[in-house]
Amino acid sequence: MDKELRSKILSLVEGDARLTKERIAVMLDKSVEEISRAMEELENEGVILGYKALVDWDKTDKEYVTALIELKVTPQRDRGFEKVAERIANYPEVKDMYLMSGAYDYCVIIEGKTMKQVALFVAEKLATIENVLSTSTHFVLRKYKNNGVSFGMGEDDVADERGNIN
Amino acid sequence: MIDYSKVLSDKVVSMKPSGIRKFFDILNEVPGVISLTVGEPDFKTPWHVREAAIASLEKGRTAYTSNTGLLEFRKQISSYLERRFEISYDPASEMIITVGGSEAIDLAIRAIVEPGDEVLIVEPAYVCYVPMTELCGGVPVVIPTRVEDKFKLTPELLKKYITPKTKMLILPYPNNPTGAIMTEEDLKKIAEVIKDTNIVVLTDEIYGELTYGRKHCSFAAIPGMWDRTIYVGGFSKSYAMTGWRLGYVCAPEEITKQMLKIHQYAIMCAPTMSQYAGIEAVMNGDEDIEYMKDCYNQRRRMLLSGLNEIGLPCFEPEGAFYVFPEIGKFGLSSDEFCERLLYEEKCAIVPGNAFGASGEGFARISYAYSVEHISRAIDRIDKFLKKIK
Repeated sequence: MDKELRSKILSLVEGDARLTKERIAVMLDKSVEEISRAMEELENEGVILGYKALVDWDKTDKEYVTALIELKVTPQRDRGFEKVAERIANYPEVKDMYLMSGAYDYCVIIEGKTMKQVALFVAEKLATIENVLSTSTHFVLRKYKNNGVSFGMGEDDVADERGNIN
Repeated sequence: MIDYSKVLSDKVVSMKPSGIRKFFDILNEVPGVISLTVGEPDFKTPWHVREAAIASLEKGRTAYTSNTGLLEFRKQISSYLERRFEISYDPASEMIITVGGSEAIDLAIRAIVEPGDEVLIVEPAYVCYVPMTELCGGVPVVIPTRVEDKFKLTPELLKKYITPKTKMLILPYPNNPTGAIMTEEDLKKIAEVIKDTNIVVLTDEIYGELTYGRKHCSFAAIPGMWDRTIYVGGFSKSYAMTGWRLGYVCAPEEITKQMLKIHQYAIMCAPTMSQYAGIEAVMNGDEDIEYMKDCYNQRRRMLLSGLNEIGLPCFEPEGAFYVFPEIGKFGLSSDEFCERLLYEEKCAIVPGNAFGASGEGFARISYAYSVEHISRAIDRIDKFLKKIK
Protein backbone atom coordinates (compact mmCIF):
# COMPACT_ATOMS: atom_id res chain seq x y z
CA MET A 1 0.00 0.00 0.00
CA ASP A 2 1.16 3.48 -0.94
CA LYS A 3 2.85 4.90 2.18
CA GLU A 4 2.47 8.49 1.12
CA LEU A 5 -1.24 8.07 0.42
CA ARG A 6 -1.77 6.46 3.81
CA SER A 7 -0.01 9.28 5.59
CA LYS A 8 -1.98 11.92 3.66
CA ILE A 9 -5.28 10.26 4.50
CA LEU A 10 -4.29 10.10 8.16
CA SER A 11 -3.39 13.80 8.28
CA LEU A 12 -6.70 14.70 6.65
CA VAL A 13 -8.96 12.63 8.92
CA GLU A 14 -6.97 13.57 11.98
CA GLY A 15 -7.73 17.19 11.12
CA ASP A 16 -11.38 16.58 10.28
CA ALA A 17 -12.91 13.17 10.95
CA ARG A 18 -16.07 14.11 9.07
CA LEU A 19 -14.42 14.27 5.65
CA THR A 20 -16.19 11.80 3.37
CA LYS A 21 -14.31 9.25 1.30
CA GLU A 22 -15.58 11.00 -1.83
CA ARG A 23 -14.14 14.31 -0.74
CA ILE A 24 -10.82 12.82 0.32
CA ALA A 25 -10.62 11.13 -3.08
CA VAL A 26 -11.02 14.48 -4.86
CA MET A 27 -8.57 16.27 -2.57
CA LEU A 28 -5.87 13.65 -3.07
CA ASP A 29 -6.63 13.05 -6.75
CA LYS A 30 -7.42 9.33 -6.27
CA SER A 31 -10.44 7.17 -6.95
CA VAL A 32 -13.04 6.62 -4.23
CA GLU A 33 -12.24 2.90 -4.36
CA GLU A 34 -8.57 3.53 -3.63
CA ILE A 35 -9.46 5.71 -0.64
CA SER A 36 -12.03 3.20 0.65
CA ARG A 37 -9.53 0.39 0.41
CA ALA A 38 -6.77 2.36 2.13
CA MET A 39 -9.06 3.48 4.94
CA GLU A 40 -10.38 0.01 5.51
CA GLU A 41 -6.82 -1.22 5.76
CA LEU A 42 -5.92 1.52 8.22
CA GLU A 43 -8.94 0.64 10.32
CA ASN A 44 -8.29 -3.10 10.20
CA GLU A 45 -4.66 -2.65 11.13
CA GLY A 46 -5.73 -0.52 14.07
CA VAL A 47 -3.96 2.58 12.75
CA ILE A 48 -7.25 4.48 12.72
CA LEU A 49 -8.91 3.62 16.03
CA GLY A 50 -11.96 5.81 15.86
CA TYR A 51 -13.54 9.06 14.67
CA LYS A 52 -14.38 11.42 17.50
CA ALA A 53 -15.52 14.96 18.12
CA LEU A 54 -13.42 17.30 20.23
CA VAL A 55 -15.73 18.65 22.94
CA ASP A 56 -15.14 21.55 25.30
CA TRP A 57 -17.21 20.26 28.22
CA ASP A 58 -16.48 23.43 30.15
CA LYS A 59 -18.98 25.19 27.93
CA THR A 60 -21.72 22.77 28.99
CA ASP A 61 -23.21 22.30 32.45
CA LYS A 62 -21.52 18.94 32.90
CA GLU A 63 -19.77 18.64 36.26
CA TYR A 64 -16.43 16.95 35.92
CA VAL A 65 -12.81 17.03 37.04
CA THR A 66 -9.70 15.72 35.39
CA ALA A 67 -6.61 14.55 37.25
CA LEU A 68 -3.15 13.42 36.28
CA ILE A 69 -1.87 10.62 38.50
CA GLU A 70 1.79 9.72 38.74
CA LEU A 71 2.24 6.05 39.62
CA LYS A 72 5.35 4.24 40.71
CA VAL A 73 5.23 0.46 40.31
CA THR A 74 7.46 -2.58 40.57
CA PRO A 75 7.79 -4.17 37.16
CA GLN A 76 6.87 -7.85 37.08
CA ARG A 77 9.15 -10.71 36.15
CA ASP A 78 8.65 -11.69 32.48
CA ARG A 79 5.96 -9.16 31.70
CA GLY A 80 7.68 -5.98 32.81
CA PHE A 81 5.27 -3.07 33.04
CA GLU A 82 2.62 -4.48 30.71
CA LYS A 83 0.48 -6.55 33.06
CA VAL A 84 -0.08 -3.82 35.66
CA ALA A 85 -0.72 -1.35 32.87
CA GLU A 86 -3.41 -3.59 31.45
CA ARG A 87 -5.20 -3.79 34.79
CA ILE A 88 -5.18 -0.06 35.25
CA ALA A 89 -6.14 0.77 31.69
CA ASN A 90 -9.20 -1.46 31.98
CA TYR A 91 -10.94 0.98 34.35
CA PRO A 92 -13.37 3.15 32.38
CA GLU A 93 -12.37 6.11 34.57
CA VAL A 94 -8.93 6.05 32.91
CA LYS A 95 -8.96 8.32 29.86
CA ASP A 96 -5.29 8.17 28.88
CA MET A 97 -2.32 6.25 30.16
CA TYR A 98 1.38 6.35 29.35
CA LEU A 99 4.57 4.62 30.48
CA MET A 100 7.06 7.38 31.27
CA SER A 101 10.79 7.81 31.60
CA GLY A 102 12.03 9.68 34.66
CA ALA A 103 10.84 10.04 38.23
CA TYR A 104 7.75 7.84 37.99
CA ASP A 105 6.46 5.02 35.77
CA TYR A 106 2.87 5.52 34.63
CA CYS A 107 1.08 8.75 33.88
CA VAL A 108 -2.66 8.12 34.19
CA ILE A 109 -5.32 10.65 33.24
CA ILE A 110 -8.53 10.14 35.18
CA GLU A 111 -11.89 11.79 34.73
CA GLY A 112 -14.57 11.85 37.40
CA LYS A 113 -17.60 13.84 38.53
CA THR A 114 -15.98 15.37 41.61
CA MET A 115 -12.56 15.66 43.23
CA LYS A 116 -13.77 13.38 45.97
CA GLN A 117 -14.76 10.72 43.51
CA VAL A 118 -11.36 10.83 41.82
CA ALA A 119 -9.54 10.78 45.14
CA LEU A 120 -11.52 7.74 46.25
CA PHE A 121 -10.81 5.98 42.95
CA VAL A 122 -7.09 6.54 43.39
CA ALA A 123 -7.06 5.49 47.03
CA GLU A 124 -9.31 2.46 46.67
CA LYS A 125 -8.59 1.18 43.19
CA LEU A 126 -5.18 2.31 41.97
CA ALA A 127 -3.18 2.43 45.21
CA THR A 128 -4.32 -1.02 46.26
CA ILE A 129 -3.18 -2.79 43.10
CA GLU A 130 -0.35 -5.17 43.77
CA ASN A 131 3.02 -3.78 42.63
CA VAL A 132 1.85 -0.15 42.86
CA LEU A 133 4.33 1.53 45.18
CA SER A 134 2.99 5.07 45.32
CA THR A 135 0.60 7.54 43.73
CA SER A 136 0.63 11.28 43.40
CA THR A 137 -2.51 13.09 42.23
CA HIS A 138 -2.59 16.43 40.36
CA PHE A 139 -5.96 17.98 39.54
CA VAL A 140 -6.37 19.92 36.31
CA LEU A 141 -7.50 23.48 36.94
CA ARG A 142 -7.94 24.64 33.38
CA LYS A 143 -7.57 23.13 29.91
CA TYR A 144 -5.67 25.39 27.49
CA LYS A 145 -5.01 23.08 24.60
CA ASN A 146 -6.05 19.55 23.73
CA ASN A 147 -5.13 17.51 20.67
CA GLY A 148 -3.64 20.53 18.97
CA VAL A 149 -6.74 22.68 19.52
CA SER A 150 -6.67 25.73 21.78
CA PHE A 151 -9.60 25.92 24.18
CA GLY A 152 -11.05 29.41 24.44
CA MET A 153 -7.74 31.18 24.04
CA GLY A 154 -4.87 31.75 21.69
CA GLU A 155 -4.85 32.25 17.96
CA ASP A 156 -7.57 29.72 17.17
CA ASP A 157 -10.03 32.16 18.67
CA VAL A 158 -9.05 35.08 16.43
CA ALA A 159 -11.74 35.67 13.81
CA ASP A 160 -10.84 35.83 10.10
CA GLU A 161 -9.53 39.36 9.82
CA ARG A 162 -8.60 39.16 6.18
CA GLY A 163 -10.22 41.04 3.34
CA ASN A 164 -8.93 44.51 4.01
CA ILE A 165 -6.64 44.51 1.02
CA ASN A 166 -6.53 42.37 -2.05
CA MET B 1 -10.10 78.43 1.52
CA ILE B 2 -7.70 76.34 -0.44
CA ASP B 3 -8.74 75.24 -3.93
CA TYR B 4 -7.91 71.54 -3.95
CA SER B 5 -8.56 71.21 -7.68
CA LYS B 6 -5.55 73.46 -8.24
CA VAL B 7 -3.17 71.71 -5.84
CA LEU B 8 -3.68 68.01 -6.35
CA SER B 9 -1.54 66.23 -8.91
CA ASP B 10 -3.45 65.64 -12.14
CA LYS B 11 -1.74 62.32 -12.60
CA VAL B 12 -2.88 61.08 -9.23
CA VAL B 13 -6.38 62.51 -9.46
CA SER B 14 -6.92 60.71 -12.75
CA MET B 15 -5.77 57.37 -11.29
CA LYS B 16 -8.71 54.99 -10.88
CA PRO B 17 -9.21 53.41 -7.45
CA SER B 18 -8.84 49.61 -7.39
CA GLY B 19 -11.85 47.74 -8.76
CA ILE B 20 -11.56 45.10 -6.08
CA ARG B 21 -11.86 47.79 -3.46
CA LYS B 22 -15.24 48.83 -4.80
CA PHE B 23 -16.54 45.29 -4.51
CA PHE B 24 -15.21 44.93 -0.98
CA ASP B 25 -17.06 48.03 0.12
CA ILE B 26 -20.34 46.41 -0.99
CA LEU B 27 -19.34 43.11 0.59
CA ASN B 28 -18.80 44.68 3.99
CA GLU B 29 -22.39 45.95 4.05
CA VAL B 30 -23.99 42.52 3.68
CA PRO B 31 -24.15 40.43 6.88
CA GLY B 32 -23.74 36.65 6.97
CA VAL B 33 -21.71 36.42 3.79
CA ILE B 34 -19.53 33.43 2.94
CA SER B 35 -16.60 35.00 1.18
CA LEU B 36 -14.13 33.47 -1.24
CA THR B 37 -12.59 36.80 -2.09
CA VAL B 38 -9.37 37.32 -0.20
CA GLY B 39 -5.94 37.29 -1.78
CA GLU B 40 -3.93 36.21 1.23
CA PRO B 41 -3.26 32.89 2.96
CA ASP B 42 -5.58 31.68 5.72
CA PHE B 43 -2.62 30.17 7.55
CA LYS B 44 -0.98 32.07 10.34
CA THR B 45 2.72 32.82 9.93
CA PRO B 46 4.54 29.70 11.25
CA TRP B 47 5.21 30.07 14.96
CA HIS B 48 9.00 29.70 14.73
CA VAL B 49 9.03 32.68 12.36
CA ARG B 50 6.91 34.81 14.67
CA GLU B 51 9.12 33.82 17.55
CA ALA B 52 12.22 35.02 15.71
CA ALA B 53 10.64 38.48 15.40
CA ILE B 54 9.73 38.47 19.09
CA ALA B 55 13.29 37.48 20.00
CA SER B 56 14.67 40.31 17.88
CA LEU B 57 12.47 42.77 19.76
CA GLU B 58 13.51 41.33 23.11
CA LYS B 59 17.12 41.84 22.16
CA GLY B 60 16.34 45.42 21.29
CA ARG B 61 17.03 45.16 17.58
CA THR B 62 14.89 48.14 16.79
CA ALA B 63 17.20 50.34 14.72
CA TYR B 64 17.26 50.84 10.94
CA THR B 65 19.13 48.21 8.99
CA SER B 66 21.25 49.07 5.96
CA ASN B 67 19.19 50.41 3.06
CA THR B 68 19.45 47.16 1.16
CA GLY B 69 18.48 45.13 4.24
CA LEU B 70 20.46 42.93 6.63
CA LEU B 71 23.40 41.35 4.79
CA GLU B 72 22.78 38.02 6.52
CA PHE B 73 19.20 38.10 5.25
CA ARG B 74 20.26 38.86 1.68
CA LYS B 75 22.79 36.03 1.81
CA GLN B 76 20.10 33.63 2.94
CA ILE B 77 17.70 34.77 0.21
CA SER B 78 20.45 34.36 -2.35
CA SER B 79 21.02 30.77 -1.25
CA TYR B 80 17.25 30.15 -1.19
CA LEU B 81 16.83 31.41 -4.77
CA GLU B 82 19.67 29.18 -5.89
CA ARG B 83 18.25 26.19 -3.98
CA ARG B 84 14.66 26.46 -5.10
CA PHE B 85 14.69 28.19 -8.49
CA GLU B 86 18.26 27.83 -9.70
CA ILE B 87 18.81 31.56 -10.11
CA SER B 88 21.87 33.44 -8.85
CA TYR B 89 22.00 36.91 -7.40
CA ASP B 90 24.88 38.48 -5.53
CA PRO B 91 23.59 39.44 -2.09
CA ALA B 92 25.95 42.41 -1.95
CA SER B 93 25.06 44.17 -5.17
CA GLU B 94 22.09 42.61 -6.91
CA MET B 95 19.36 42.54 -4.27
CA ILE B 96 17.25 44.92 -2.17
CA ILE B 97 14.92 43.91 0.67
CA THR B 98 11.66 45.78 0.14
CA VAL B 99 8.40 46.54 1.90
CA GLY B 100 6.52 43.71 0.24
CA GLY B 101 6.51 42.72 -3.40
CA SER B 102 4.51 45.89 -4.06
CA GLU B 103 7.40 48.20 -3.30
CA ALA B 104 9.67 46.01 -5.41
CA ILE B 105 7.33 46.45 -8.40
CA ASP B 106 7.19 50.19 -7.81
CA LEU B 107 11.00 50.46 -7.66
CA ALA B 108 11.42 48.48 -10.86
CA ILE B 109 8.91 50.53 -12.82
CA ARG B 110 10.23 53.86 -11.53
CA ALA B 111 13.84 52.95 -12.24
CA ILE B 112 13.08 52.06 -15.86
CA VAL B 113 10.05 53.90 -17.19
CA GLU B 114 10.18 57.45 -18.54
CA PRO B 115 7.39 59.59 -20.00
CA GLY B 116 6.21 58.13 -23.29
CA ASP B 117 7.74 54.69 -22.74
CA GLU B 118 5.42 51.83 -23.47
CA VAL B 119 5.02 49.13 -20.82
CA LEU B 120 3.49 45.83 -21.87
CA ILE B 121 1.16 44.57 -19.18
CA VAL B 122 -0.25 41.07 -19.44
CA GLU B 123 -3.86 40.95 -18.25
CA PRO B 124 -5.90 39.74 -16.39
CA ALA B 125 -3.46 40.67 -13.65
CA TYR B 126 -3.06 42.17 -10.24
CA VAL B 127 -4.18 45.78 -10.23
CA CYS B 128 -1.03 47.82 -9.56
CA TYR B 129 0.94 47.70 -12.83
CA VAL B 130 -1.15 50.16 -14.85
CA PRO B 131 -1.39 52.95 -12.25
CA MET B 132 2.32 52.62 -11.34
CA THR B 133 3.24 52.95 -15.01
CA GLU B 134 1.00 55.97 -15.44
CA LEU B 135 2.51 57.64 -12.41
CA CYS B 136 5.86 57.59 -14.23
CA GLY B 137 4.26 59.04 -17.34
CA GLY B 138 4.63 55.69 -19.08
CA VAL B 139 2.03 54.33 -21.46
CA PRO B 140 0.48 51.08 -20.28
CA VAL B 141 -0.12 48.75 -23.22
CA VAL B 142 -2.39 45.95 -22.10
CA ILE B 143 -1.96 42.50 -23.64
CA PRO B 144 -5.19 40.60 -23.06
CA THR B 145 -4.65 36.86 -22.67
CA ARG B 146 -7.34 34.33 -23.44
CA VAL B 147 -8.81 31.32 -21.73
CA GLU B 148 -8.17 29.34 -24.94
CA ASP B 149 -4.45 29.84 -24.28
CA LYS B 150 -4.93 29.03 -20.57
CA PHE B 151 -4.26 32.73 -19.94
CA LYS B 152 -0.61 32.36 -20.95
CA LEU B 153 1.29 35.00 -22.87
CA THR B 154 1.99 33.53 -26.30
CA PRO B 155 4.82 34.72 -28.56
CA GLU B 156 2.32 35.56 -31.33
CA LEU B 157 0.37 37.79 -28.99
CA LEU B 158 3.50 39.45 -27.66
CA LYS B 159 4.84 40.26 -31.14
CA LYS B 160 1.64 42.12 -31.98
CA TYR B 161 2.18 44.61 -29.17
CA ILE B 162 5.90 45.35 -29.38
CA THR B 163 6.77 48.76 -30.89
CA PRO B 164 10.00 50.76 -30.99
CA LYS B 165 8.74 52.53 -27.86
CA THR B 166 8.37 49.35 -25.81
CA LYS B 167 10.59 49.64 -22.73
CA MET B 168 9.34 46.97 -20.39
CA LEU B 169 7.32 43.76 -20.30
CA ILE B 170 5.62 42.79 -17.04
CA LEU B 171 5.19 39.05 -16.59
CA PRO B 172 2.84 38.24 -13.69
CA TYR B 173 3.15 34.44 -13.39
CA PRO B 174 1.98 32.37 -11.52
CA ASN B 175 -0.96 34.65 -12.07
CA ASN B 176 -3.39 36.39 -9.81
CA PRO B 177 -6.36 36.17 -10.66
CA THR B 178 -6.34 33.35 -13.23
CA GLY B 179 -4.01 30.84 -11.55
CA ALA B 180 -2.23 30.47 -14.90
CA ILE B 181 1.45 29.57 -15.03
CA MET B 182 4.16 29.78 -17.67
CA THR B 183 6.27 26.64 -18.13
CA GLU B 184 9.92 26.65 -19.10
CA GLU B 185 8.91 26.02 -22.74
CA ASP B 186 6.41 28.89 -22.67
CA LEU B 187 9.04 31.24 -21.27
CA LYS B 188 11.66 30.18 -23.79
CA LYS B 189 9.32 31.20 -26.58
CA ILE B 190 8.91 34.63 -25.00
CA ALA B 191 12.69 34.90 -24.64
CA GLU B 192 13.05 34.13 -28.34
CA VAL B 193 10.84 37.12 -29.22
CA ILE B 194 12.60 39.66 -27.04
CA LYS B 195 16.21 38.48 -27.12
CA ASP B 196 17.26 40.94 -29.85
CA THR B 197 15.35 43.90 -28.39
CA ASN B 198 16.19 46.29 -25.59
CA ILE B 199 13.13 45.36 -23.54
CA VAL B 200 13.45 44.90 -19.78
CA VAL B 201 11.34 42.16 -18.22
CA LEU B 202 9.80 42.68 -14.80
CA THR B 203 8.89 39.20 -13.62
CA ASP B 204 6.54 39.26 -10.64
CA GLU B 205 6.99 35.81 -9.12
CA ILE B 206 5.41 36.46 -5.76
CA TYR B 207 3.39 33.22 -6.20
CA GLY B 208 6.47 31.30 -7.39
CA GLU B 209 6.30 28.79 -4.53
CA LEU B 210 2.67 27.98 -5.22
CA THR B 211 2.55 25.79 -8.30
CA TYR B 212 0.89 22.41 -8.38
CA GLY B 213 2.12 19.33 -10.13
CA ARG B 214 5.26 20.88 -11.56
CA LYS B 215 8.13 23.00 -10.35
CA HIS B 216 8.02 26.72 -11.00
CA CYS B 217 10.45 28.01 -13.59
CA SER B 218 11.72 31.55 -13.14
CA PHE B 219 12.09 33.82 -16.13
CA ALA B 220 15.51 34.80 -14.77
CA ALA B 221 16.61 31.17 -15.25
CA ILE B 222 15.90 31.18 -18.98
CA PRO B 223 19.26 31.27 -20.81
CA GLY B 224 20.21 34.76 -21.95
CA MET B 225 17.44 36.51 -20.00
CA TRP B 226 19.15 37.25 -16.66
CA ASP B 227 20.72 40.49 -17.93
CA ARG B 228 17.39 42.08 -18.75
CA THR B 229 15.31 40.64 -15.91
CA ILE B 230 14.11 42.30 -12.74
CA TYR B 231 12.95 39.57 -10.38
CA VAL B 232 10.32 40.29 -7.71
CA GLY B 233 9.78 37.84 -4.86
CA GLY B 234 8.44 38.02 -1.35
CA PHE B 235 7.27 36.35 1.80
CA SER B 236 3.56 37.19 1.84
CA LYS B 237 2.14 34.29 -0.12
CA SER B 238 4.66 31.50 0.37
CA TYR B 239 5.19 31.89 4.12
CA ALA B 240 1.80 33.41 5.01
CA MET B 241 3.45 36.69 6.00
CA THR B 242 1.26 39.32 4.32
CA GLY B 243 1.11 41.70 7.28
CA TRP B 244 4.89 41.73 7.75
CA ARG B 245 5.32 43.58 4.44
CA LEU B 246 8.44 41.82 3.31
CA GLY B 247 9.67 41.26 -0.22
CA TYR B 248 12.74 41.67 -2.38
CA VAL B 249 13.84 42.72 -5.80
CA CYS B 250 16.82 41.23 -7.62
CA ALA B 251 18.42 42.58 -10.78
CA PRO B 252 21.80 43.15 -12.40
CA GLU B 253 23.91 45.65 -10.47
CA GLU B 254 23.39 48.47 -12.99
CA ILE B 255 19.65 48.36 -12.41
CA THR B 256 19.82 47.60 -8.68
CA LYS B 257 21.97 50.69 -8.07
CA GLN B 258 19.26 52.90 -9.52
CA MET B 259 16.41 51.20 -7.70
CA LEU B 260 18.33 51.50 -4.46
CA LYS B 261 18.33 55.31 -4.70
CA ILE B 262 14.53 55.41 -4.85
CA HIS B 263 14.25 52.90 -2.00
CA GLN B 264 16.79 54.82 0.07
CA TYR B 265 14.93 58.13 -0.20
CA ALA B 266 11.35 56.84 -0.04
CA ILE B 267 11.56 53.91 2.36
CA MET B 268 15.01 53.80 4.02
CA CYS B 269 14.74 50.11 4.84
CA ALA B 270 12.21 47.32 5.34
CA PRO B 271 11.00 46.90 8.95
CA THR B 272 13.80 45.43 11.04
CA MET B 273 11.73 42.92 12.99
CA SER B 274 10.20 41.64 9.74
CA GLN B 275 13.69 41.09 8.39
CA TYR B 276 14.65 38.98 11.40
CA ALA B 277 11.48 36.95 10.96
CA GLY B 278 12.38 36.62 7.28
CA ILE B 279 15.80 35.17 8.07
CA GLU B 280 14.17 32.42 10.11
CA ALA B 281 11.58 31.77 7.39
CA VAL B 282 14.04 31.53 4.56
CA MET B 283 16.48 29.37 6.54
CA ASN B 284 14.07 26.95 8.19
CA GLY B 285 10.78 27.36 6.35
CA ASP B 286 11.02 24.98 3.38
CA GLU B 287 8.81 22.47 5.19
CA ASP B 288 6.21 25.11 6.00
CA ILE B 289 5.99 25.96 2.32
CA GLU B 290 5.49 22.33 1.35
CA TYR B 291 2.83 21.82 4.00
CA MET B 292 0.80 24.87 2.99
CA LYS B 293 1.19 24.08 -0.68
CA ASP B 294 -0.15 20.58 -0.09
CA CYS B 295 -3.19 22.01 1.67
CA TYR B 296 -3.84 24.52 -1.12
CA ASN B 297 -3.53 21.79 -3.70
CA GLN B 298 -6.13 19.62 -1.91
CA ARG B 299 -8.55 22.54 -1.74
CA ARG B 300 -7.84 23.43 -5.35
CA ARG B 301 -8.88 19.96 -6.48
CA MET B 302 -11.92 20.02 -4.27
CA LEU B 303 -13.05 23.45 -5.50
CA LEU B 304 -12.47 22.56 -9.16
CA SER B 305 -14.39 19.33 -8.85
CA GLY B 306 -17.18 21.06 -6.92
CA LEU B 307 -17.53 23.80 -9.55
CA ASN B 308 -17.50 21.21 -12.28
CA GLU B 309 -20.33 19.30 -10.62
CA ILE B 310 -22.57 22.34 -10.36
CA GLY B 311 -22.02 23.29 -13.99
CA LEU B 312 -19.40 26.00 -13.64
CA PRO B 313 -16.35 24.46 -15.28
CA CYS B 314 -13.07 26.32 -15.54
CA PHE B 315 -9.64 25.65 -16.95
CA GLU B 316 -7.29 24.00 -14.49
CA PRO B 317 -5.19 26.64 -12.76
CA GLU B 318 -1.72 25.36 -11.88
CA GLY B 319 -0.57 28.16 -9.63
CA ALA B 320 -1.40 30.73 -6.92
CA PHE B 321 -4.61 30.08 -4.94
CA TYR B 322 -7.35 31.13 -7.31
CA VAL B 323 -9.64 29.59 -9.87
CA PHE B 324 -11.09 31.73 -12.64
CA PRO B 325 -14.32 30.21 -13.95
CA GLU B 326 -16.18 31.53 -16.98
CA ILE B 327 -19.50 33.00 -15.91
CA GLY B 328 -20.28 34.92 -19.11
CA LYS B 329 -22.38 32.09 -20.48
CA PHE B 330 -25.14 32.85 -17.98
CA GLY B 331 -25.91 36.12 -19.74
CA LEU B 332 -24.89 38.37 -16.88
CA SER B 333 -21.90 40.69 -16.74
CA SER B 334 -19.21 39.87 -14.16
CA ASP B 335 -20.42 42.70 -11.95
CA GLU B 336 -24.07 41.64 -12.19
CA PHE B 337 -23.25 38.00 -11.54
CA CYS B 338 -21.13 38.71 -8.48
CA GLU B 339 -23.46 41.34 -7.04
CA ARG B 340 -26.53 39.13 -7.43
CA LEU B 341 -24.69 36.13 -5.98
CA LEU B 342 -23.74 38.31 -3.04
CA TYR B 343 -27.18 39.81 -2.38
CA GLU B 344 -29.29 36.78 -3.23
CA GLU B 345 -27.22 33.89 -1.87
CA LYS B 346 -24.76 35.73 0.37
CA CYS B 347 -21.70 34.34 -1.29
CA ALA B 348 -18.88 36.63 -2.39
CA ILE B 349 -16.46 36.15 -5.29
CA VAL B 350 -14.59 38.87 -7.17
CA PRO B 351 -15.73 40.02 -10.65
CA GLY B 352 -13.03 39.22 -13.21
CA ASN B 353 -13.11 42.69 -14.77
CA ALA B 354 -11.52 44.07 -11.58
CA PHE B 355 -8.30 42.61 -13.05
CA GLY B 356 -8.58 44.25 -16.45
CA ALA B 357 -11.11 44.34 -19.27
CA SER B 358 -10.05 40.88 -20.46
CA GLY B 359 -11.34 39.46 -17.16
CA GLU B 360 -14.93 40.36 -18.12
CA GLY B 361 -17.06 37.23 -18.25
CA PHE B 362 -15.02 35.58 -15.49
CA ALA B 363 -14.81 35.67 -11.71
CA ARG B 364 -11.98 35.05 -9.29
CA ILE B 365 -12.59 32.50 -6.57
CA SER B 366 -9.94 32.17 -3.86
CA TYR B 367 -9.30 28.87 -2.12
CA ALA B 368 -7.29 30.31 0.73
CA TYR B 369 -10.07 29.02 3.00
CA SER B 370 -10.89 25.86 4.93
CA VAL B 371 -12.43 22.89 3.11
CA GLU B 372 -15.62 23.30 5.14
CA HIS B 373 -15.89 26.97 4.16
CA ILE B 374 -15.30 26.27 0.46
CA SER B 375 -17.85 23.48 0.52
CA ARG B 376 -20.56 25.75 1.97
CA ALA B 377 -19.76 28.41 -0.62
CA ILE B 378 -20.10 25.90 -3.47
CA ASP B 379 -23.58 25.01 -2.19
CA ARG B 380 -24.59 28.66 -2.35
CA ILE B 381 -23.19 29.14 -5.85
CA ASP B 382 -25.06 25.99 -6.88
CA LYS B 383 -28.36 27.44 -5.61
CA PHE B 384 -27.70 30.66 -7.48
CA LEU B 385 -26.86 28.93 -10.77
CA LYS B 386 -30.05 26.87 -10.61
CA LYS B 387 -32.00 30.08 -10.23
CA ILE B 388 -30.45 31.95 -13.15
CA LYS B 389 -30.17 29.06 -15.62
